[in-house]
Amino acid sequence: MKDAFGLPQSLLILGGTSEIALATARRLIARRTRTVWLAGRPSPALEESAEQLRGLGADVHTVAFDALDPDAHEAALGKVFAEGDVDMVLLAFGILGDQANDEREPAAAVRVAQTNYTGAVSAGLVSARALQTQGHGSLVVLSSVAGERARRANFIYGSSKAGLDAFAQGLGDALYGTGVHVMVVRPGFVRSKMTAGLPEAPLATTPEAVATAVELGLRRRSETVWVPGTLRVVMSALRHVPRGLFRRLPL
Amino acid sequence: MSADAAQDIASATAPASLPVPVTGWGRTAPTAARLIRPGTYEEAVTAVRECGARGGIPRGLGRAYGDAAQNAGGAVLDMTGLDRVHAIDAAGGTVLCDAGISLHRLMEVLLPLGWFVPVTPGTRYVTVGGAIGADIHGKNHHVSGSFSRHVLSFELLTADGSIRTVSRGTPLFDATAGGMGLTGVILTATVQLLPVETSLMSVDTERATDLDDLMARLTATDHHYRYSVAWIDLLARGAATGRAVLTRGDHAPLDALPASTRRAPLEFQTRRLLAAPAFLPEGLLSRTTVGLFNELWYRRAPRARTGQLQRIPTFFHPLDGVPHWNRVYGRGGFVQYQFVVGHGQEDALRRIVRRISEHRCPSFLAVLKRFGEADPGWLSFPVPGWTLALDIPAGLPGLGALLDRLDEDVAEAGGRVYLAKDSRLRPELLAAMYPRLDDFRTLRAELDPRGVFVSDLARRLTL
Ligand SMILES: Cc1cc2nc3c(=O)[nH]c(=O)nc-3n(C[C@H](O)[C@H](O)[C@H](O)COP(=O)(O)OP(=O)(O)OC[C@H]3O[C@@H](n4cnc5c(N)ncnc54)[C@H](O)[C@@H]3O)c2cc1C
Ligand SMILES: NC(=O)c1ccc[n+]([C@@H]2O[C@H](COP(=O)([O-])OP(=O)(O)OC[C@H]3O[C@@H](n4cnc5c(N)ncnc54)[C@H](OP(=O)(O)O)[C@@H]3O)[C@@H](O)[C@H]2O)c1
Repeated sequence: MKDAFGLPQSLLILGGTSEIALATARRLIARRTRTVWLAGRPSPALEESAEQLRGLGADVHTVAFDALDPDAHEAALGKVFAEGDVDMVLLAFGILGDQANDEREPAAAVRVAQTNYTGAVSAGLVSARALQTQGHGSLVVLSSVAGERARRANFIYGSSKAGLDAFAQGLGDALYGTGVHVMVVRPGFVRSKMTAGLPEAPLATTPEAVATAVELGLRRRSETVWVPGTLRVVMSALRHVPRGLFRRLPL
Repeated sequence: MSADAAQDIASATAPASLPVPVTGWGRTAPTAARLIRPGTYEEAVTAVRECGARGGIPRGLGRAYGDAAQNAGGAVLDMTGLDRVHAIDAAGGTVLCDAGISLHRLMEVLLPLGWFVPVTPGTRYVTVGGAIGADIHGKNHHVSGSFSRHVLSFELLTADGSIRTVSRGTPLFDATAGGMGLTGVILTATVQLLPVETSLMSVDTERATDLDDLMARLTATDHHYRYSVAWIDLLARGAATGRAVLTRGDHAPLDALPASTRRAPLEFQTRRLLAAPAFLPEGLLSRTTVGLFNELWYRRAPRARTGQLQRIPTFFHPLDGVPHWNRVYGRGGFVQYQFVVGHGQEDALRRIVRRISEHRCPSFLAVLKRFGEADPGWLSFPVPGWTLALDIPAGLPGLGALLDRLDEDVAEAGGRVYLAKDSRLRPELLAAMYPRLDDFRTLRAELDPRGVFVSDLARRLTL
C-alpha cells in the first residue's frame, strides 16, 4: 500500500532499463519500496538493471514485455498483478527516433508512434484496469514537453507524446474517484541514453531530478508534473506564440 | 488488450455498489471500496459472507487518522447503521448497546441517569466498535486504563459468518481489543459505566515553563486527578522548548455547583460552531500563523487556577465544536504522530521533542500525557510511560524522513506508535514495537484462514 506521502511499497516499471525509471526506483527504494518488477524486452541490460536495484535491498523481478506487441500485454502484465498489489506503475518506455531519417522512412516513423502512443494506450489500459480492481495505485506516465506543441525539429516524436499525453489525461479523468491516481510527467531535455550525443537544450536536467519531482508529485497527488518546474511557465508562453513566429524559433 | 477493459473504465453509469473513495480523518491515501451499511445483524452477516476476493473491514465514524478503516478494492462495512441502546442497568451502571453507536449518543442517553462513559478520547464522535477496535485511551488512562478494561463482553461476527459472545480474559477478547477490526465485526458490547453527580467538570489549570518542568509536575501530582493532560507548544524553541499548559480535573460533585445550575445538574450541553469550509487554501497553516496561535494560547492560559467549572465538551472535546476541522489542513491532508515511551525513557522523549522543534513543524498544540498500567490487548497501544501526539500537515517538506527518524528513537527506547493514528510507519519496525504481533497473526490465521478481514493498514504493515 501507499503511505500518507504517496510512497509505494511495490513498483512496476514498463521499460525496465529506462534511466529515468531506474533513478526513480532508486529513490523510492530508499524510502518505502520493497518489491520491483522490471518489464522490458529481455536483454543483459534488463538483468543488470535488476541486479543494481537488488543491491539496494529490493526484491526485484524481470518480466518480458514489448510495447510493440500489444496482444501480449494482458498476459504479461496480468502475471505481475496476480502476484500481489502493485502500488505504482511507471510507464517509461519510449523511443526518440531519428526525425530526419523517419521523415524519409515512414515505416520507421510508425514505429515511433506505435511504441510511444499505441503501445502506451494498450499497456496503460491494461494497467489501469488492474489498478482499478485493486482499488488503489498510481499510474505515472512519462510524457514530454515535446508533446506540448509540435516542433519542426521533432514532430514525429512530439506528436506521439502529444497523443500519449492526451490519452493519459483522459484516463486520469476516467479514473477520478476510483482510488487510482494518474500522474502525467513532462520532462524537458533529460541527460540519458535516449539523448546521448544530442546537443543539450536549455533547462536540461537529469534522471535524478525527474525522480525527485515524481516523489513530490506522489506526495501531492499531482495530476501534472513539469521537470524542471519552470518549464510550466515557459511552455505556457510558448503555447501562445503565433504559428509564423513559432516556426522560425530555433527550437 | 481486450474490449471490456476499455468499457470498465469508460462506464459512466454507476451501479449502486460502485466503489467510492475512502480515507481516514487525516485525508491522506484515498482508496476505493464498496461501502455497505448494514441495518440489521443479518445484513451484516450477509455482507461478511459476500464481501468477495478483497475482503472487508468494519468502519465506525472514520476518526482513525490513517488507513485502518479503509479496504482498497474490497468492502467497507459502515457500522453506524446499527446504533441502538438495548439495555441500561441504571443501578449497576452497565449498558448493552450496538457497536455502531457513538460515544456522543451514549453521553446524551446516560448522563441524565447519572452515568458517564468510562473512557472518552479527544472527540465524542467515535463508535463503541472503534473504541474497542483501537482500544482507545482518554485523559484518565493513568487511573482507568484503556476502553477495553471497562468492556465486560461483546458479540463478534467472525469470518465464517457466525456470531460469538466474547468475554474478558479470553484470547479472542485480547486479540480484538486493539485488533483494528481484523478479528471480525463487533456487533454489540456490554460496557461498565462511571457514576457522576453532575455534567460539569471541575478543572485545575497551570502552566509549565518547559518540558522538564512539565514532566516534573505530571509525575508529582497526576495521581491526585482522575483526568490529566498537557497541551505542549512544539514551535517554542530554546529554553521554552516544551512549554505547556496542564489541565487536570474530575467530574464536579453536586455541592461544587452554584445554586442556579443545581436544579438540572446532569444536563448535557453541546454547542456546534460553523463547519470549516470544504476548500481552504494550502499553506493557511504556516509556521507563522500556527506559531502565533500557540503563543496567544499559552499567554491566555492562567498561570494557575483551581476548581473552574467547565462543560464536558470544553474539557474533553474542544475540537468537536468545529465540525470537519480536519479540512483546515487542505487537500494534502495531515498526519498525526503519536507514540509512547516507557518511564525511565525521558531522555528519548527529550530527544524527540528537540527533533520536532528543530524541524519547525507547524503543529498546533501537541498533547503529552502519562499513561498508567497497560491492558492485555495484544495490539493495544498504551504502556506505562509518556505519550505524545501531534498533527502535522502531510505536505511539510522532509516530514517522511523526520518521522522515520523518530520511529527509530521510539523503537530504540522500547516504545511504539499508535496504529489508530498511523499512516506511514516503516513495516519492519512493527514487530519490535508490538511484541505480541506473532500471537495476533497466528490467531488470525486460525480464525480467518481465507483472510476475509483485511484493511489498507493490514496490507501496508502486514498485520
Ligand atoms: C479529534 C480526535 C481526537 C482523538 N483523540 C483520541 C484519544 O484521545 N485517544 C485515543 O485513543 N484515540 C483518539 N482518537 C482516535 C480515535 O479515538 C480512534 O481512531 C477510534 O478508533 C475512532 O473510532 P471510529 O468509530 O471513528 O472508528 P474508525 O476510525 O471508523 O475505525 C477505527 C478502527 O476500529 C475498527 N472498528 C470500527 N468499528 C468496528 C466494529 N464495529 N467492530 C470491529 N472493529 C471496528 C476499524 O476496523 C478500524 O480498524 C482521536 C481521533 C480524533 C479525530
Ligand atoms: N531523455 C529525455 O530527454 C526525455 C525527455 C522527456 C521524456 N522522456 C521520456 O521518458 C521515458 C524514459 O526515457 P529515458 O530518458 O529514461 O530513456 P531510455 O533510458 O532510453 O529508456 C527508454 C526505455 O524504453 C524502452 N523501450 C523502447 N522500446 C521499447 C519496446 N518496444 N518495448 C519495451 N520497451 C521499450 C527501452 O528498453 P530497451 O532497453 O529494450 O531499449 C528503455 O527501457 C521515455 O518515454 C521518454 O520518451 C525522455
